[in-house]
Amino acid sequence: MERFVQLVIDGIAIGSIYGALALALVLIFRSTGLVNFAQGEMAMFSTFIAWGLVEAGLPLGLALLSALALSFLGGMAIERVLIRPVEGEDPLTILIVTLGLFILINSGAGWIWGFENRGFPRALPDDSADIAGINVSYESLGIVAILLGVSGLLFLLFNRTKLGLAMRAAAANPASARLVGINVGRTLMIGWGLAALLGALAGVLVAPQLFLDVNFMGGVLVYSFAAATLGGFDSPKGAIIGGWIIGVAETLAGDYIGFIGSDLTILVPLAIIFSVLLVRPNGLFGSPEVVRA
Amino acid sequence: MSLLEVEGLQAGYGPVTVVRDLSFNVEEGKVVAILGANGAGKTTTLRALSGVARAHGRVSFDGTQLIGRPPEWIVRRGLAHVPEGRGNFASLTVEENLRLGAYVRKDGAKAREDMQRCFEYFPRLEERRTQAAGSLSGGEQQMLAVARGLMLRPRLMLLDEPSHGLSPLITREVFKILRTVAEEGTTLLIVEQNANLVLDFADHAYVLETGRLVLDGSAEEIGADEGVRRSYLGMV
Repeated sequence: MERFVQLVIDGIAIGSIYGALALALVLIFRSTGLVNFAQGEMAMFSTFIAWGLVEAGLPLGLALLSALALSFLGGMAIERVLIRPVEGEDPLTILIVTLGLFILINSGAGWIWGFENRGFPRALPDDSADIAGINVSYESLGIVAILLGVSGLLFLLFNRTKLGLAMRAAAANPASARLVGINVGRTLMIGWGLAALLGALAGVLVAPQLFLDVNFMGGVLVYSFAAATLGGFDSPKGAIIGGWIIGVAETLAGDYIGFIGSDLTILVPLAIIFSVLLVRPNGLFGSPEVVRA
Repeated sequence: MSLLEVEGLQAGYGPVTVVRDLSFNVEEGKVVAILGANGAGKTTTLRALSGVARAHGRVSFDGTQLIGRPPEWIVRRGLAHVPEGRGNFASLTVEENLRLGAYVRKDGAKAREDMQRCFEYFPRLEERRTQAAGSLSGGEQQMLAVARGLMLRPRLMLLDEPSHGLSPLITREVFKILRTVAEEGTTLLIVEQNANLVLDFADHAYVLETGRLVLDGSAEEIGADEGVRRSYLGMV
């Protein structure tokens, strides 16, 4: 039982990271109807920037914050320079652009930082607390707290500020948004910036548990796709809850289902994506368009 | 000087020109109707004025040139466009839709008063305040679109087919409010296929045919014109 609770908590922690990256996917999907395949690579690049800043001698906290801020700006730049020119083109064109972006960032990072593995410093304490006889690592608690805090801030941004209202309006109906005076291009840029920031957060949180190399976010992206699909792809709440479910399913399956072990856990998200698409394509919280004529 | 002066307007999409050499004026405080059959260029004309369609020529609104300006600039000059198909934000609530109508306004407190005024015009919107706009009935959606336009406190409001898809009863309700809005001093430019409705309270009317102006006169004159009656009013 104790083991089970520990696994669930660890699953929620790793699931929070999937949730953060899934949230990034959802943000961009909601505003542009586009699945950003380069989201994981953007996060990888951000993590390398954080690593580089630490290597250059910056204190860890400052390095992480700077990397997040730079990622926000970088995300905006990517939207402005690479996505804006193909905006409104057919989905296949934009899809190809994000795949191109994937390759560009992946090989760019390899060119700058090389292809070998690197350790990434832990920002959260390594030891664990004893809560009612159950060992809970501070890292797990910290990750969950950070995700909840960040989602809370995003909720406030989208629901309590004028900028958030404008971003939702631009996503819901871009043509009308322009007619009421919203600069839709700017809201899209901010959306990409926020998505890049969330991805960076996922990257620096997961990097200490993996090794940092140019492909280290690939697996995480698959889990995040599963989380976003399960949550409904256009629901921020769904992304987070989807992330938790995927995370817990992964740790439990790895421990309890003998043949899966630690090598085949990648089957879990794939099986979940497959079943969701088969049984409930709108996911748990996704909205089929509700429009009455 | 008229509030809106249009001279030699040419407008279209991509390589297609829909409106050719169109000139007309809208006087401040008046209700002006643009009539014409399907495809005459009525919607394109409105879209050119609000900056959505590509346009050439001269459009002067209260002395400022609008041609070449983007929609988000034009709306700040006080020109509200209630588009064909209503243009509501379906996934957002009624109240959020109204707040978006006042997006460019800096006077938040007055905008909140205006929202109350919209709810007085359309009590059903107040009842549905927290519902998603997409869940409203067609009539309620049209009311919301008109109310969203009013939230700008516009100097000129462009309305594209406000009767489209509505029952006669709901249409009367919407037009009753438009009449009130006009009486309170808002200048309206209305595009309608249902000419009877709009000639009833318009001051002036223009008739378009395949992108060109073919008739121009007071609403009574246009309403009495034999040709117009035959072609657009469905009467002999």
